[in-house]
Amino acid sequence: MKETPLSNCEREFVLLALREKKRLDGRQTYDYRKVKIAFGTEYGCCVVELGKTRVLAQVSCELVSPKPGRPSEGVLFFNLELSPMASPGFEPGRQSEMAIEMNRLLERCLRSSRCVDTESLCVISGEKVWHVRTDIHALNHDGNIMDAAVIAANAALAHFRRPDVTVQGEEVTLYSVKDRDPVPLTIHHMPLTTTFSFFHEGSRLLVDPTRLEERVMEGRLLVAMNKHRELCALQASGGIRLLQDQVLRCSQVSSVKVLELTEIIQRALQNDVQARKEGRCCGFAESLPVQRVTVACAHEATVNNEEALRRANEVVKFAEEPADVEQPVCHRGPHTAQVGDGLVNSWLVVDDEPKSEEEALDGGDLEGVKVENEEVEELSDDSVIILETHNRVPRVVQLSDGSEEDEVMILSGKDLMNVSNKGCTKKANNSDDVMEVMVTKTKKPRKRNK
Amino acid sequence: MAGMELLSDQGYRVDGRRASELRRVQCRLGVLGHADGSALFQLGNTRALAVVSGPHEIRGSKSKALHDRAVVNCQYSMATFSTTERKRRPHGDRKSIEMSLHLRQTFETAILTQLFPRSQIDIFVQILQSDGGNYCACVNAATMALVDAGIPLQDYVCACSVGFVDETPLVDVCYAEEAAGGPVMAVALLPRSEQVAFLSLDSRLHEDHLSGVMKAATVACRDLHAVLSRIVKETLQEATAGE
Repeated sequence: MKETPLSNCEREFVLLALREKKRLDGRQTYDYRKVKIAFGTEYGCCVVELGKTRVLAQVSCELVSPKPGRPSEGVLFFNLELSPMASPGFEPGRQSEMAIEMNRLLERCLRSSRCVDTESLCVISGEKVWHVRTDIHALNHDGNIMDAAVIAANAALAHFRRPDVTVQGEEVTLYSVKDRDPVPLTIHHMPLTTTFSFFHEGSRLLVDPTRLEERVMEGRLLVAMNKHRELCALQASGGIRLLQDQVLRCSQVSSVKVLELTEIIQRALQNDVQARKEGRCCGFAESLPVQRVTVACAHEATVNNEEALRRANEVVKFAEEPADVEQPVCHRGPHTAQVGDGLVNSWLVVDDEPKSEEEALDGGDLEGVKVENEEVEELSDDSVIILETHNRVPRVVQLSDGSEEDEVMILSGKDLMNVSNKGCTKKANNSDDVMEVMVTKTKKPRKRNK
Repeated sequence: MAGMELLSDQGYRVDGRRASELRRVQCRLGVLGHADGSALFQLGNTRALAVVSGPHEIRGSKSKALHDRAVVNCQYSMATFSTTERKRRPHGDRKSIEMSLHLRQTFETAILTQLFPRSQIDIFVQILQSDGGNYCACVNAATMALVDAGIPLQDYVCACSVGFVDETPLVDVCYAEEAAGGPVMAVALLPRSEQVAFLSLDSRLHEDHLSGVMKAATVACRDLHAVLSRIVKETLQEATAGE
């Protein structure tokens, strides 16, 4: 399914807010969203939540024959799935360009940087090695899937335990999980990524963009680092033009962030180890909050509205006093009253006589007519007509239809009596006190016959 | 390859270059008659052929058309005979798609796409001989092909790869140096404004060395720009003199 296009006003709003250094969720420029890591009951299963972005990683292994060029090294394989579950914009089936780019980035960041020791995965050189496969599924896309995926992959690999193997000569014994405790993988370091998004032609940058910010951004810089300040991968792409010192500054920011994230992952791993030792139940069921109507409810963010209040107070202080609302109420008829005098109105005039029926909604296609004992109903767009149903002074009024070609003049009822000729016009009398009749001379034919 | 010294004590690399030397650059514009623009670019033993077609109407689905700019479409492929061992899948595998994506992102910044709304510019690059620095050869070849096609560019896009061995940045790595596994950074630069159009780093590099590596890359790209503009001027002179 094609993604719904982003409206211009949303885009403008985000860009304008960024110009004033404000993010929509109240974060600072270099702040990450809240990171939550939960492990499953099986070893190697991990769910990471970065704000609302949710990613699941699962590590599994099997014995295979090694690659021909590297007989004594194990194989690491990473696969990131972007399914329509994460966002309706993702297509099922063939991987889109974005998915391939992310997969390649994952491979470069985790495999080429040698974070897992592949030589320790060798069982028999040239014949049997461990093939460790990490599958990462995006469960919800709210921006920055890449960072969440890398955190999940690292945590899952650190959490994973492979079955123990002993080799005696030519004999290989593979112990099942029940016989011997499974063995963790040898992890040298944890490369973690920081995504920077650029706006306003590279002058503003943000860390950890949300979905909306991602759609508006001009370009992205991904810095993968470990806590020893070694860059594992760098990728600047998407159409920005950066200067060198921007890249250097981003790498400095990234080193700080990576330290924090590594801390969080280590703490989560330790908690899990503790929980398993104590025999407490662990797994996803525990980490999902119950007692809530919806699991994915938004967290409250404090909004700083001091400036808004201050500005509002200023406006109120210097604003003019509202005009005095005391206006004379003039009762003009049984169902009609007039408040204030107003301007020259183009609506119908209400006489003080009783039994006047009024009909609203009418259009001005009528010529001035004398109506006797008849009700005339005309429906057209912008004028109101009064109908009279008795042989009084004809008070059928047709109102100006707004056309500027017509001369509008105001006549009193007596004038109408004297006027035999419909086309007679007089100078308009713009007095405000009595407005009884307005006759416009139009050439438009009447819509309905009487 | 293990055990081979990438940088000797006297400062010579495996192919006898110094640390800051580029390989020999050769380039020819207009090698294919039927295309709007074409160029054959050779960087040492790496050869890339780029063909540019456009700007023309969007082929295929009209829904991809952008109302305010041109769509840049890149395809990268390696000839099966380009590597020492015959390549099974010339295009369609992950690395090729990633490379095509990188090329597209690089050129979307450099081409003045606002001048051609609702149209498409195609760039096809083929690696005929691969000896390290594939991405850089592709970018340089594509730049020359765009110049040959007459498509307005913000600036030349010059790309260079830099490795890092023994605390020294090695400019323009060849295949042996790439395969050794050290960090390799590929940089595509717009030389006049020194803005980075594309940057990608593989393998581990300590943060302290980052600025040194980037500086070496910038200098190399500027040298490459001098060579490329000289080639373009000579081609133009030949073309006008011949008429």
